[in-house]
Amino acid sequence: MNDKPVNNRAWFFVLPVLIIVLFSALLPLMTVVNYSVQDTIGQNSFFWNGAAWFRELLDPTTDLGDRFAGALQRNLVFSFIILIIEVPLGIAISLCMPRSGWKVGPTLVIMALPLLIPWNVVGTIWQIFGRIDIGLLGYFINSLGIDYNYTGDAASAWFTVVAMDVWHWTSLVALLCFAGLKAIPDAYYQAARIDGASRLSVFRNIELPKLRRVLVIAILLRFMDSFMIYTEPFVVTGGGPGNSTTFISVDLVKIALGEFDLGRAAALSLVYNIIILAVCWLFFTVTTHLDQREGRPS
Amino acid sequence: MHALRVRSSNDRLHEFGLEGWSLDLTLEQVSFAVGGESLISDVSLSLARGTMNVLLGPTLSGKTSLMRLMAGLERPSSGRILIDGKDVTGIAVRQRSVAMVYQQFVNYPTLSVYENIASPLRVARVNAAEVDKRVQEAAKLLGLIPMLQRTPLQLSGGQQQRVAIARALVKRAELVLLDEPLANLDYKLREELREELPRIFAASGAILIYATTEPTEALLLGGNTATLWEGRVTQVGPTAQVYRQPHQIAAARVFSDPPLNELAVEKRDGLVTLADSRQLPVSGFLGGLADGSYRLGFRAEHIALGAGREGGLTFQGVVKVTELTGSESFIHVDAGHGTWVCLARGVHEIVPGAAVEVHIDTRQIFVFDAAGQIAAAPSLAASA
Amino acid sequence: MSRITLDGIAHAYRGTAGKQDDYALKPLHHVWEQGMAYALLGPSGCGKTTLLNIISGLVTPSEGRLLFDEKDVTRLPTEKRNIAQVFQFPVIYDTMTVAENLAFPLKNRGLPRAQIEARVKEIAGILDLTPDLNRRARGLTADAKQKISLGRGLVRADVSAVLFDEPLTVIDPGLKWELRSKLKAVHRALDMLMIYVTHDQVEALTFADRVVVMKDGSVLQVGTPLDLFERPEHTFVGYFIGSPGMNLLPATITGNRARVGTLEIQLDGTYPNFIDRTAQLGIRPDHAILAAPGQGLPVQVQRVDDLGRVRLARVMLGNHPMVATVPQDMSVPVGAAGVLFEPGRLHVYIDERRVEGAAA
Repeated sequence: MNDKPVNNRAWFFVLPVLIIVLFSALLPLMTVVNYSVQDTIGQNSFFWNGAAWFRELLDPTTDLGDRFAGALQRNLVFSFIILIIEVPLGIAISLCMPRSGWKVGPTLVIMALPLLIPWNVVGTIWQIFGRIDIGLLGYFINSLGIDYNYTGDAASAWFTVVAMDVWHWTSLVALLCFAGLKAIPDAYYQAARIDGASRLSVFRNIELPKLRRVLVIAILLRFMDSFMIYTEPFVVTGGGPGNSTTFISVDLVKIALGEFDLGRAAALSLVYNIIILAVCWLFFTVTTHLDQREGRPS
Repeated sequence: MHALRVRSSNDRLHEFGLEGWSLDLTLEQVSFAVGGESLISDVSLSLARGTMNVLLGPTLSGKTSLMRLMAGLERPSSGRILIDGKDVTGIAVRQRSVAMVYQQFVNYPTLSVYENIASPLRVARVNAAEVDKRVQEAAKLLGLIPMLQRTPLQLSGGQQQRVAIARALVKRAELVLLDEPLANLDYKLREELREELPRIFAASGAILIYATTEPTEALLLGGNTATLWEGRVTQVGPTAQVYRQPHQIAAARVFSDPPLNELAVEKRDGLVTLADSRQLPVSGFLGGLADGSYRLGFRAEHIALGAGREGGLTFQGVVKVTELTGSESFIHVDAGHGTWVCLARGVHEIVPGAAVEVHIDTRQIFVFDAAGQIAAAPSLAASA
Repeated sequence: MSRITLDGIAHAYRGTAGKQDDYALKPLHHVWEQGMAYALLGPSGCGKTTLLNIISGLVTPSEGRLLFDEKDVTRLPTEKRNIAQVFQFPVIYDTMTVAENLAFPLKNRGLPRAQIEARVKEIAGILDLTPDLNRRARGLTADAKQKISLGRGLVRADVSAVLFDEPLTVIDPGLKWELRSKLKAVHRALDMLMIYVTHDQVEALTFADRVVVMKDGSVLQVGTPLDLFERPEHTFVGYFIGSPGMNLLPATITGNRARVGTLEIQLDGTYPNFIDRTAQLGIRPDHAILAAPGQGLPVQVQRVDDLGRVRLARVMLGNHPMVATVPQDMSVPVGAAGVLFEPGRLHVYIDERRVEGAAA
């Protein structure tokens, strides 16, 4: 296959990055792979264990396998729920955002604010917000007569975690869709007016088709991020009550740092990583396939 | 004549105004495919310095891809590109002496017109005095002196394109590529700028390559023309020659505005028949052909309407639409073989629906065989 | 509706205009008649698109009234005016088939299914879209998409005016011919008022019954294509119409003679003395025929352009550049030659406006 014209000086610019990535990512990754195929009997001595950890992980009858299956299920359910909520909500918000005039600036800033807050701060905010004694949300819900207690009740815990994620990340979907909508030329709206199309019709026939590419990106980003979620739910619920909000990442940290079970943790990390990569590859193929079907730009 | 050869990767010698280097751009069997789709197939061209070369073809025929290959922005999938005999196929565009003008007026929006034009010289670290001299020269040639301190967005479309052209000019590149540069301009601006272009670049001695979809532009620019069709070059040669002597039906179709009128005929056992079973006399240009299917092609200016003309082929037709521009009249007639367009100079108001006699000047007809190659062309035989 | 009236319509983008220059569209009165095809012709920025948008309702004029028949529609929203608009680039609904695209406006108006189908078939027939009716609109070529855009405008039976905003911009030259004659055929078949905005004078002259030439927000001349070609009232009209445009030669005029440089030309009429005003003679290249040296006025041939169907000679008449037509049977001229003006085709322009001379 033919390469692009070669300019060797460029490699020197890339070298520092390569070194940093090597130390912060590649070497640790190789270490993890190393751990995943070894076992230890303590005191830093390791012996080859082959694929035993992986077999144990993927076997739901073992303790590890059971925990993994449960956590995986929770991750998938969580991702599904937040996508169902965030994508339509994000689209709806972007449709309401003003596209021209003085209001655009302030609106964009307000929409961007939740995205700028450090994730553990988000967790802390909602932890306090949801408390039944001093938290506005917790107190308010309980005063309506609904039993709400995220430390004791699994449903409340899920509700809190989901609400927090929606509050945190819907803006991303909204901003992406906003950019997509702004790119639609005015002539389409004018033609729709002349055709007498209703607002719903305009949405279905003009806006939604033109948002297709943006939505694929938004869904991919949200799925990946939500599947990898750790900080926010951990700060709020710590994985509880019981293990009702224990996601894979939470469990992983428990195994690796709590139980110091490096072999199992390493195996879990790798499988986790592979699942995410598989999803990314799937979405990537779908997007490029969509691009090709619409013809390349001339 | 200078024996000095300038290596194309060394721009700096241009500062010293060294003229007289000879430059040929040669493409040898160049092909280019992207994602399984072939954009350019087996193109071989040889272009000499100081010439205007037109790439003529419809949209998506490969003009832009070909220009990008010549510039070095893309690498061909197979074949070689040679400048002055030296293989430059792998050399990056930054090291080649190329300037490009696009259909969309591409200027740096935050820089003034002066800085825009000066930008390639600033990159080449030319000294300030020389920069000023060359910018003033280019600006004068393109009528931009009053606007040197404005930004591109304050200018009209035509003026913005002039800035882009000035920037290409000031670089004194060996190869100047213009990709439908006038397509986004008003009709009249296009006319004006088109007339100026050859003059503007004449002194630079560069190879000019101009892509367009309009046959009239090619004829007005002169020089050489290469007709493109679906990624292939169907014909190359001096413009007037390609126009008058097409070797393939694809070249004739691309180079006709109004579109080429066509008539399908069958020759069998010494008889020539049309689709409606009418027979034509087997004489003159039809006489020497082998049996088979042919397509006769004739341009709009070689049909005449009205009774009483001698020789040639005559059909009965009905006028469908008449278009008058004052200088010319375009009459669309249906003579039973599709709609033909007749071009007549001056004003001819013929009412739609009127019956007319359609007369084809067989001295100007082209006969293409089933493969699209030219089989007979009386105009050539006459001038041979 | 039988006519559209522009009563003192003007538009300035900053609300009320202080001086003349603020107007994107200067105050004008015009009546558009039912069944006629009009072209708004002019360079970019002349106000033609603004005018079209005022008629379609996308822009509300800062001054004046717009009347459809006798009804004041100046502030009526677009969807309530009985107009259709075709834009510069094809506007189609990607997710629908061609038939669904065409049916869309009728479905929105709640017409019964049978009626919609019949109308869609009819319009598709006129526009040669019948074979593509069940294909996805997205995959078609640009000219087919423009036909769909046009078809969507024509399906509604209550449409009385179709507005075109430079619709052939994205179409290849070869296909422009087909589409242009298709538009003319549609015009004849449906007898609607059509207003066509363009900067391409060939499009305007071939399409319209009346051409409105505009520059800098004002209307310079309205007339049939032939009127504009043979008798341009303004030098800009002479220049803008015709390819190449009219030759304009600065001259001094006394009585029935004009002096261009050192040459004297006989005029068809007598003119009063024009002091302190710019005088120009205008003649189209079509009517300036190149001849052998010694015939007509002496010129020097600089260059001959061969366009296939005609040859144009760029010549110098004294110090003034001119374009003349080379007759078919003349061999390629070089150097000194003569130019003959066809009788009755030489126009006199004073301060850029045409002046008719008194009969000699």
